[in-house]
Amino acid sequence: MEENVVLTARGISMTFPGVKALEDVDFTLRRGEIHALMGENGAGKSTLIKCLTGINDFEAGEIHIEGVNGPVKNHSTREAQNVGISTVYQEVNLCPKAENLFIGREPMTKFHTIDRKSYNKRSQKIMDELGISVDVTQNLENYSLAIQQMVAIARAVDMDCKVLILDEPTSSLDDEEVEKLFVLMRRLRDQGVGIIFVTHFLEQVYAVCDRITVLRDGHFVGEYPIADLPRVKLVAAMMGKDLNDLEEIQKESIDVRNAPVEISAKGLSHSGTVKPFDLDIHKGEVVGIAGLLGSGRSELARSIYGADKANTGTLEVDGKEVKINQPIDAMNLGMGMLPDDRKAEGIIADLSVRENIILALQARKGMFKLLSRAKQEEIADEMIRTLQVKTPTRETLIKQLSGGNQQKVILGRWLATNPDFLILDEPTRGIDVGTKAEIQKLILKLAGEGKSILFISSEISEMLRTCSRMAIMRDGEKVGELDHDLTQENVMKAIAGGEQEA
Amino acid sequence: MKKKSVFSRLSSSNLLLPIISLILVMAVNIIFDIASGNNPFSFFMITLQNTTSNGMVLYGRIIDILNRGSEAAILAIGMTLVVSSSAGTDISVGSVMSLCASFCCMLLAGYGVSSTTDLAVPLFVGILGGILIGVLCGAFNGTLVAVFQIQPMVATLILYSAARAIGLLLCNDLIVYVRNSSYAFFGGFLGPIPTPILITALCVLVMSLVLRRTALGMYIQSVGINRRASRISGLNSTKIIFLTYVLCGMFAGIAGIVNSSRITSADSNNIGLYLEMDAILAVALGGNSLGGGRFNLAGSIIGAYTIQAITTTLYALGVSTTQAPVFKAIIVILIVSIQSEPVKAYMKKRKAIKAA
Repeated sequence: MEENVVLTARGISMTFPGVKALEDVDFTLRRGEIHALMGENGAGKSTLIKCLTGINDFEAGEIHIEGVNGPVKNHSTREAQNVGISTVYQEVNLCPKAENLFIGREPMTKFHTIDRKSYNKRSQKIMDELGISVDVTQNLENYSLAIQQMVAIARAVDMDCKVLILDEPTSSLDDEEVEKLFVLMRRLRDQGVGIIFVTHFLEQVYAVCDRITVLRDGHFVGEYPIADLPRVKLVAAMMGKDLNDLEEIQKESIDVRNAPVEISAKGLSHSGTVKPFDLDIHKGEVVGIAGLLGSGRSELARSIYGADKANTGTLEVDGKEVKINQPIDAMNLGMGMLPDDRKAEGIIADLSVRENIILALQARKGMFKLLSRAKQEEIADEMIRTLQVKTPTRETLIKQLSGGNQQKVILGRWLATNPDFLILDEPTRGIDVGTKAEIQKLILKLAGEGKSILFISSEISEMLRTCSRMAIMRDGEKVGELDHDLTQENVMKAIAGGEQEA
Repeated sequence: MKKKSVFSRLSSSNLLLPIISLILVMAVNIIFDIASGNNPFSFFMITLQNTTSNGMVLYGRIIDILNRGSEAAILAIGMTLVVSSSAGTDISVGSVMSLCASFCCMLLAGYGVSSTTDLAVPLFVGILGGILIGVLCGAFNGTLVAVFQIQPMVATLILYSAARAIGLLLCNDLIVYVRNSSYAFFGGFLGPIPTPILITALCVLVMSLVLRRTALGMYIQSVGINRRASRISGLNSTKIIFLTYVLCGMFAGIAGIVNSSRITSADSNNIGLYLEMDAILAVALGGNSLGGGRFNLAGSIIGAYTIQAITTTLYALGVSTTQAPVFKAIIVILIVSIQSEPVKAYMKKRKAIKAA
């Protein structure tokens, strides 16, 4: 094994039913470094971590750990801890008080009862050593999330870990708390612990990490020292700049800037997720929202639609100020939204394709104006035909279809309502290239019919092909708009922000 | 396209197993009748008999099951909707039945009167009052579950324990007797047919029509399957869940009045006792998942009558009232296990092996 290396993973592959989650992924962690594991949602970060910690059972590849002969294959987190891999997750699950530190391995007295005294003393000693100011006899819930997070880390470290995995530890911390956490991370690094840090905050990567490994679509993209990978290049590596066979789709250069404004948001916000923003969308215009995952791009759209009720600001539709309390209000104003989480907010799994298609239209019509069965079938058949949904029959339950076909059904649900303004949040995620092209063509066709579209996608290339303007989101804030020189590079620069050198 | 056989249509509509369960119970009757030397089909015999009070009326074990199973069947309608929309059960229906009966009888007899032959208010006022109380109870449960998002069992536990006592309070701690033939009608006979059977049929018919002619059934299932997705698609899940509890309360009111009319009194301590459990069991026996979502009203109704068939069969077999629950439990275990997933999967595997 290479000098100083505590953990190597070579050629890790793993499939979930129907999906190749990881393919031939390498990862190397050295003693005393903080190593960022980067990639967009679905890139395979969590899957890789779960392979390391024994939650996932990977199919191919080997993991080696310093001090253990031969390849290691963990089958549970307990086994992983025994070879020195500890994990702290985003959601801290702690018991109250110092019990946390020793749960499952409490110091015992000779009477086989828990030795409270030495228990508290040892706990306090560990805390003091790590510079965590906490009274171990107090209930943990009285402390901030950051402290709870740190206690979880202390617990991990005390189990003689060589590898500490921090999975999105900062997502619910404020800036000050993050800084405290970083101090602790650096201290542990100096003690020789190898830390794997998963986050989607770019600033934090550059603030604390020494090295970056990038994954994309389950593949290993590269490993870079932090100095060799400026922000823009990191974003490029995460997103991939592949110009694929969708090239032929070209938006017609109709100038919609003179068209009337369909949607106008002023100072709209949703507490905790998206800061106040202004956004105008013209009739027949396709506006994109670009930003990394977690940058608030979905939340922006949701606050317009009323999926998350806006806390501040005003919204005008067709020049009239409107009040949207819940999605049905937005629907009655001619809006529709295809949410990004298809499973949680899109499909009604146990209903048929037909019922899923007519649901929104029926909801708009109201309970007492049931669409006749013949009408329902007609609409369903029409949508199945135009969107080329591959389903055995219209009465097949939607859960039996593939992801791409489910997405088409949900799209059909909204097309059936004939909306004036359609929000499409990641409509092409997890969909094959051919279907992606169809959906992009459809977007342009709808815009050509005078519908306004707000399009969110992680793939900048597909937004470039369809959008005439893009709003840029970063850390829950709309930081700007691009309406000319829409190129991959410009968009990525805008997303990355910070220093503009590349 | 090939026309599907009745059998394959039944099995795809998930009604097959509930029906098989009911047939199994009937088979027990037939075997018993053969063993005891009776006509093997005496279970199915329906005869007209002359009674002194009601004239010529229908008589037979099937009629008895349909008649006595009425309350559970009516409750099962509401319970099905509640289970579907909220993935929880309304355990207050038995107590609410009792409260509705008490309120109805109190109105009819007047407060503090323990026995009357003359009605204090017109009959329909009393009946509507009783049903209205059921609706109010449903609205109370619905508010707790849909608006405050309290777990259905906890929310309905309140009225489960309180409703019966409130009813007793309304009746001034008395058992109120309404010895009036017009009131006895709802638990008596219309011509030769027991009225409860007709009331149940009417409830089922009206509810099926509502489900067929409006989008309510689809809304309820949609909310029960995926509340968040339903909301994004424009459904007001709070309203829909609330409505199912109101309907459940209303059916409890109807069932309460039927039950009270049978005994022409409001016996707070006994009306609807343990009936909530029968209603829940009926929903489960009907092949409905208590986890909510897709529902099958016909299944629940069959389930309710299956439970009554078991009870009636046991009495016919001479099992004592005190021991009947034990045998009932054994039969329920059998029925529930043939509908369970592992058994279904096993049968499927057997079928596949046979086919290969």
